[in-house]
Amino acid sequence: MTPHGNPEFPGESTPAGSANEGSRAAAASASSTPATSTTESHSHSQWPLWEVFVRSSRGLSHVHAGSLHAPDAAMALRNARDLYTRRNEGVSIWVVPADAISASDPDAKGSFFESPQGKDYRHATYYTKSEGVKHL
Amino acid sequence: MTTANSGNMEHDTDFAHEGHGDISVGVSGAGASGDGSASATRITPGNALRPEDIALEVRRGTAKPSEDVAEYALRLGDDALILAQRLGHWISRAPELEEDVALGNIALDQLGHARSFLTYAGGAWDKSEDDLAYFRREHEFRSAHLFEQPNGDFAVTIARQLVVSYYQYALYSRLMQSADPTLAAIAAKAVKEVDYHRDHSAQWVLRLAGGTEESRRRMIQGLRLVWPYVEEIFEDDELTTRLAERGVAALPSSLRQEFDNRIAETLAEAGLDVPDVPQSLGGGRAGRHSEHLGYILAEMQVLAREYPGASW
Amino acid sequence: MASQNLQSVPAELSPEEVEREKAGQAYFERIIAEDSRIEPRDWMPEAYRKTLLRQISQHAHSEIIGMQPEANWITRAPSLKRKAILMAKVQDEAGHGLYLYSAAETLGQSRDKMMEDLIAGKARYSSIFNYPAVSWADMGAIGWLVDGAAICNQVPLCRASYGPYGRAMVRICKEESFHQRQGFEILLELSNGTPAQKQMAQEAVNRWYAPSLMMFGPPDDDSPNSRQSMAWNIKRFSNDELRSRFVGMIVEQVKVLGLELPDKDIRYNEETRKWEYGPLDWEEFKNVLAGRGPCNSQRLERRRQAHDDGAWVREAAAEYARKQAEKEYAA
Ligand SMILES: [Fe+2]
Ligand SMILES: [Fe+2]
Ligand SMILES: [Fe+2]
Repeated sequence: MTPHGNPEFPGESTPAGSANEGSRAAAASASSTPATSTTESHSHSQWPLWEVFVRSSRGLSHVHAGSLHAPDAAMALRNARDLYTRRNEGVSIWVVPADAISASDPDAKGSFFESPQGKDYRHATYYTKSEGVKHL
Repeated sequence: MTTANSGNMEHDTDFAHEGHGDISVGVSGAGASGDGSASATRITPGNALRPEDIALEVRRGTAKPSEDVAEYALRLGDDALILAQRLGHWISRAPELEEDVALGNIALDQLGHARSFLTYAGGAWDKSEDDLAYFRREHEFRSAHLFEQPNGDFAVTIARQLVVSYYQYALYSRLMQSADPTLAAIAAKAVKEVDYHRDHSAQWVLRLAGGTEESRRRMIQGLRLVWPYVEEIFEDDELTTRLAERGVAALPSSLRQEFDNRIAETLAEAGLDVPDVPQSLGGGRAGRHSEHLGYILAEMQVLAREYPGASW
Repeated sequence: MASQNLQSVPAELSPEEVEREKAGQAYFERIIAEDSRIEPRDWMPEAYRKTLLRQISQHAHSEIIGMQPEANWITRAPSLKRKAILMAKVQDEAGHGLYLYSAAETLGQSRDKMMEDLIAGKARYSSIFNYPAVSWADMGAIGWLVDGAAICNQVPLCRASYGPYGRAMVRICKEESFHQRQGFEILLELSNGTPAQKQMAQEAVNRWYAPSLMMFGPPDDDSPNSRQSMAWNIKRFSNDELRSRFVGMIVEQVKVLGLELPDKDIRYNEETRKWEYGPLDWEEFKNVLAGRGPCNSQRLERRRQAHDDGAWVREAAAEYARKQAEKEYAA
């Protein structure tokens, strides 16, 4: 497991089960990303990275607010409270170890996200014949 | 001419605001973070009792403390002020950036309490919070020695925080029911904040005691350094006795049991003993202070005293 | 801009990988052309990554080092209200550094490493923080001019092409909005105060005016990286463009303060429609940047000491977490 696998960090945290991702990571490091060399010597006291999600008021979703470092979940929550809700930004906080997040493969944009395009029949606007009929 | 010019500048798109009062940054499309309604950066001032509100009441005469109540508020205010002054020194020097922010929050809470108490106290003598903070001399301060203790290393600060926060929590929980409505209101706001301070110090005691050998050694030493000053904060005197009888103050000695129980719990969880050290004589409530206070005041008051009567 | 950087594709790649690189490149260029955002896991040219990493980490360092000149006055603030404001402001700057380090981390550099580089003197930060804050009025001038210049710089950065950077800037700009105002208020209060206070304010403005103008970076013809940054939609305006806008803003604001800017050459050029100002001492700028400013070593030493003094705390917490996880695992 990577010491601080930022999910937004290219090339390091490779979500399980994503073969594509793995080879992309390899390509990234082949193009001499300075990245992977940062995990050496000094890291044993570097606290892991956490992603912070804040619910701004009741009834709304938690939204990604940012990241921080903390030694464990209990402190991550407290640091998140101190850092990301100093101006009443939230009523609830989630913290997630950054390396626990699996992300979709950025190279698979086409196969992952283009299929819904053209499927107009999923949208109410597709059904024009009922236009003008009330409460429909 | 100038109007025409500034006109020009405003017409430049892309630089959405001159000045930037309320920054609504024009981020659109792919750069925006989440949808507007679920924003994690929507900020509000909130509403809570502020020192300014108390100042207003004092000025209007709707809150006027008796001499006794003012003396008592002065003690609480001085404790919080001196602690805020100590904690403020940590900002930019903490063990990690996250902790700079955490200690900053605690310092700001304490400073807020200090301002409220001092503003209220000043109502008895027609003095402002600043008159009291900046223009009293050492022997006129009423802080207990505990609050004056130097920051030391992070473990000493945490040890001091542990004692202070457990004490203040017990105190403010009781003061919420004070017969004096202003004290009760200040305590009601403060108790939630010191509850968090309690949690902050307890979490760190656990980590320092259960971390490395070095951190454990330092934590034990930190507790030994601040413990001589515990007794003083629970001492009763004529003032607190008088006020407690009228339901205004919490009798310090009456807070001791709860404090001892909770401290014992937390230290036990961390595998630590309550330090067995001689208790110092104290005297802060009567104006007899530690050697540290002179330095604290010298630094805190230097500028204000250089320009007496000035407004800032 | 179509064919930039293809030379960065390493030679030893398999044909398949070369294809992927090319596709990535094409995708990157399309995103930039559409003025959309690049996200961390997207393909990006090596030079783009390096430029961003340099800029974001330098920005983070500036926030952190920038805490010091103001933190020095927290304990001496002349009123309790000002003390609270200053504390909250300096605390915000710690937060800003933190947000920016996080953004830089998405580019594959750990915060630890960035901090080490800073302490080792290998990283740069805004040279203005190497000047001393010698009077209370400096708290006003720093807020008004230094935060003011920073905001000028940062607002367009909210639309930087790199997503995490832009998002960090959005949060930062929202928080910054009180920084400049509180500085302005400090100066206004002093200016309306006793003659001695007013003089203190004027002297502070005199001290911070030129350094704040230089915060926008060297003149455009001496700023080799700017053009590329603008092509990548990281920077939106040139250094001189921003500097000129800033002068245009403060030239009006200073009148409200009842103070003067120490520059007789400020004028609006009707032809270029830009604000002009007197010559700036770029020799001094380079010297300060190269470590020869009045406070360079002091600032770094203070950061180093805080970092070193905190090492045992960070280790303790990490060790505690490790033990707890072990216990949980065993249970
Ligand atoms: Fe900032
Ligand atoms: Fe700022
Ligand atoms: Fe900044």
